[in-house]
Amino acid sequence: MNKSNQQKLQRVYLDHSATTPLDPTVLATMLPYFGDTFGNADSVHYFGRQAAAAVDTARRTIASLIGAKHSEIFFTSGGTEANNWVIKRVPYAKQDKGNHIIVAAIEHPSIISATKQMEDDGYKVTYVPVDSKGIVDPDTIQKAITDKTVLISVMLANNEIGSIQPVAEIAKIAKKHGIAMHSDAIQAIGSVEVNVGKLGVDFLTLSAHKIYGPKGIGCLYIRGGQKIGKFIVGGHQERTYRGGTTNVPGIVGFAKALEIAVRDMEKNSTKLAELRDYFVSEILKRIEHITYNGHPTKRLPHNTNFTFDFVEGESLIMSLDLDGIACSSGSACSSGSLTPSHVILAIGVPEEKAQGSIRFSLGKSTTKTQLDYTIDKIVKRVDKLREMSPLFKQFTDGKKLI
Amino acid sequence: MYNETVMKEFASPQNVGAMPDANGVGQAGNESCGDVMKIYIKVVDDVIVETSFLTFGCAAAIATSSMATTMIKGKTIAEALKLTNKQVVKKLDGLPAQKIHCSVMAEEAVQAAINDYKSKVKKSN
Ligand code: FES
Repeated sequence: MNKSNQQKLQRVYLDHSATTPLDPTVLATMLPYFGDTFGNADSVHYFGRQAAAAVDTARRTIASLIGAKHSEIFFTSGGTEANNWVIKRVPYAKQDKGNHIIVAAIEHPSIISATKQMEDDGYKVTYVPVDSKGIVDPDTIQKAITDKTVLISVMLANNEIGSIQPVAEIAKIAKKHGIAMHSDAIQAIGSVEVNVGKLGVDFLTLSAHKIYGPKGIGCLYIRGGQKIGKFIVGGHQERTYRGGTTNVPGIVGFAKALEIAVRDMEKNSTKLAELRDYFVSEILKRIEHITYNGHPTKRLPHNTNFTFDFVEGESLIMSLDLDGIACSSGSACSSGSLTPSHVILAIGVPEEKAQGSIRFSLGKSTTKTQLDYTIDKIVKRVDKLREMSPLFKQFTDGKKLI
Repeated sequence: MYNETVMKEFASPQNVGAMPDANGVGQAGNESCGDVMKIYIKVVDDVIVETSFLTFGCAAAIATSSMATTMIKGKTIAEALKLTNKQVVKKLDGLPAQKIHCSVMAEEAVQAAINDYKSKVKKSN
């Protein structure tokens, strides 16, 4: 590839579920806190007070946007930390009652890896299955409950296939049994309404960088009165519940990003769903041997996920990358692993096909022109890889015999 | 994660396609990832004159298929049998650690193709 070719290559970013670019308004809000207002929010002097005031305002903004009290918001280094915190420390705080945790089989690795560690430590974990569209049935949660269950965690929307879960219904069941309810709302926020009161959850995870905010900041909502052990200890930050110097610019940016996300939610979701539906229908029209994974309507407006038969996922991602198109095989966090996505397997895609599952996630800057370019390239690249695929040859040879 | 040599080889792979008049075909698979590589050779007077491949696998697998089929072209079957995945990886200026196993398929598929040729020759004699 020579230089001039590289310059001509147009870049289409369709991996917004992995991360989003920082909104310029958010950046502008953050900049002073990298500059003159650099104080440590715990310091008692002027510099510290200024920082603390900014954090307090941000905390109140975030709380009010999700229907929480400001005292219920605890900042963390991001979604992974918040999810780990819940899974590892809620059962600890409730060990008198029992040692059983229920999570959905399609949870993010920051939940599943944590529950695996809990299993190593002797806890019992039930991974409740989903239906073929990727939705958890509240009844299966109900059935999984034992008198030892202390925590249920079900994500609000899935990161790979975008399926939206009946969290409010599940939370009702949890409440009836006196079980703590957590939901990872990282992917959902900005696309669907997130209100902790309406959802009825006791814990909720948010992250800034999926909503055009900065990386390295998120929060855990902890309903007042709920018990949770401390996870990261150090200084007295976050009411002693989370040690570590306060990430002031991150928190300020997080609040701004959330403000914009909630303000523009309707408008963005409508536009994204329209573009998404166009993209999906074109792909399904132009490519054979393909499955559209996930639920047709209970789904994030910017998410698409396909299984391309006879094509290996990574080779398609890398091929599209040559065309300037960025997409992923579901969870960026699990790339580099050889096993197919646990989410794709959970919805019943057979293992040999699951390797060919690709997620295209649209964003605020996505245009129809970009999608048309992408559709064209996908058609060509899939064709090319199939020409190269011994499995496709086997399939077509088999057909010829018939 | 991939270096430029690997990306180049992957972007324009050599020797792609089935070979209808091959006299040796070998297949290797990788259980851990479910990927499959098929290598075709045409041997004349103990020399591999033509090679091609079909691969269902990651970018590393496609790059190694291309490189391996290029490397054994023009070699005698005795020479080609000595091809190791390490040599292919070296020619590609290296592969990420978790992708070394993909190159093993190339070594195995080449050997399988040559053994297939040998067994056919034996039969016809
Ligand atoms: S061939 Fe399977 S991961 Fe490379």
